[in-house]
Amino acid sequence: MIAPVTNAHVEDLMERAADVKGRSLWDDARRRLFRNRAALISIIVLGMIAVAAVFGPFFLAYAYDYIDYSVVSCAPDWWPDPGVLCNAGGTHWFGTDSVGRDLLVRTLYGARISLSVGLIATLVSLVIGVAYGATAGYLGGRIDELMMRFVDVLYSIPYIFLVIILMVIFNRNFFLLFVAIGAVEWLTMARIVRGQTLSVKQKEFVEAARAGGVSNFGIILTHVIPNVFGPVIVYVTLTVPASILAESFLSFLGLGIQEPLTSWGVLIKDGADQMETAPWMLIFPAAFMAVTLFCFNFIGDGLRDALDPKDR
Amino acid sequence: MFSYAVRRLLGAIPTLFIIITLTFFMMRIAPGGPFDAQRRLPPEIEHNIKAAYNLDKPVYQQYFIYLGKLAHGDMGPSYKNKDFTVNELIADGLPVSAEIGVTSMLLALLLGTAFGSVAALRQNSAVDYGTMSVAMMGITIPTFVVGPILTLIFGVYGLTVFGYDVSLPVGGWNGGALRNLILPVLVLALPQIAVIARIMRGSMVEVLHSNYVRTARAKGLSNFAIVIRHALRAAVLPLVSYLGPAIAGVLTGSLVVEQLFGIPGIGRYFVQGALNRDYTLVMGVLVYYATAIIILNLIADLLYAVLDPRVRYAQ
Repeated sequence: MIAPVTNAHVEDLMERAADVKGRSLWDDARRRLFRNRAALISIIVLGMIAVAAVFGPFFLAYAYDYIDYSVVSCAPDWWPDPGVLCNAGGTHWFGTDSVGRDLLVRTLYGARISLSVGLIATLVSLVIGVAYGATAGYLGGRIDELMMRFVDVLYSIPYIFLVIILMVIFNRNFFLLFVAIGAVEWLTMARIVRGQTLSVKQKEFVEAARAGGVSNFGIILTHVIPNVFGPVIVYVTLTVPASILAESFLSFLGLGIQEPLTSWGVLIKDGADQMETAPWMLIFPAAFMAVTLFCFNFIGDGLRDALDPKDR
Repeated sequence: MFSYAVRRLLGAIPTLFIIITLTFFMMRIAPGGPFDAQRRLPPEIEHNIKAAYNLDKPVYQQYFIYLGKLAHGDMGPSYKNKDFTVNELIADGLPVSAEIGVTSMLLALLLGTAFGSVAALRQNSAVDYGTMSVAMMGITIPTFVVGPILTLIFGVYGLTVFGYDVSLPVGGWNGGALRNLILPVLVLALPQIAVIARIMRGSMVEVLHSNYVRTARAKGLSNFAIVIRHALRAAVLPLVSYLGPAIAGVLTGSLVVEQLFGIPGIGRYFVQGALNRDYTLVMGVLVYYATAIIILNLIADLLYAVLDPRVRYAQ
């Protein structure tokens, strides 16, 4: 015989349920991500680069724009090739550049710019892409068709050309460079979000919200967007290195960051010009950049595996 | 399929139109004109120059003048390279760019397919992991880092193999001599080789597990015949849909490669035009690029239908 369910039973059940800590999707994802060794190491290395970029310049003996003509294009003291013209000596651990500035502090400054361009441009593309994609997907019909048609048009030329044109217009303004890169990188984000929105808006809870009288804008903001975040976050980790690359690409061509400020692209460009006599000017910034890009790629791969429900 | 192709080509016209319109007006909003010099010109001369280039008219009139000329294939005079029209500059650079672009695409397809297939055939072996790690590096490290480093190794330090000096020139075109081609083509192809190898490995692994390959194996065909005659055909299909992005990647890469190796192609004109505000040149090159990408994408789509009989484009 089944005992009738009393209030006491229910309260008891609820109390016990409160003690059990639920494993949310995000907890699971984090656990899986940390179990992925490549991703974990990448997170640590990237963290170290970020900390060095933010705090490193405060502890170094030289300012990023301090010019010392007595050590022009000098190798670091520990450089293995004895045939170099001069050794920078002292605390120039990465040697000096072609006007005698300390390369270590400039590499770290480059890291600051490159990492912040990655973050800001990604943020811009995230905001535009999510808003655009969610609106198009949720409204559907002709508006959706028109909006996505526009995305297709922009897609048909490589986005770097658009950024170059935007840079010509903005006259190589430092901050607008970040925005310009973000402003052209939202296309894929918009497509992803739209696709996700199309499936989310069929769900019962959206219908319930609509029945409850929530406005379209409210539904998009509180019900659609939070539910499309999984794929979006994976794409975000891929947009950050893409933005870093775009900025460095432009700087390499002379269309990006201007002296005396610097970024990895500028440093690699300078290093490429001087590599016959001063290879360290190319090697250090290039190594920093390559390691950073690797880290982001591994984290992106790890996140995709961690968030992909098919893999469970 | 013919009607599909025609429809796609017609659909490209509004796309091109929007791109031209967007860039035209964006360029005109830009502060600073092409004739701003350190030293101001006397007003009469400045006026005459502007009149000669139609810059004294309102912007919307300039736009229609430009469109009208463009419809006749005339992209106007270059603002900075005096005595040259944009058409002349592009005609000058296009063969050069096309040569390195096409060569590196072919190289990428060939090597990418080969590496990917080998990795798939030796799945989870050292060969597989080795190839895929190198491919990962090829994807991650950008052209403008690989380019200088390869130049450093092969050009500056030079290499001697069995007593022969195999060092390569660090730049220049030299009328398209083979030695001058090797490094730029290789640098341009590397990222594409990497991506193609990864795609190829994935699809090859899938195909090798399919039923018809098992049938072929049960028939007692040699491994070589199975791979070349049966598996490869189906496995290259995903590559065809990657052709579009690959072309875009090669075009983007050519900006860096042409700058890096001092190659007189249209990519370098584009960058120089952007650096000194040569509006007509930048727009001309962009229109060229956009047209090329649209047409090549269309060819890739049609090729897909030819190769895969299951794909039929709706009438």
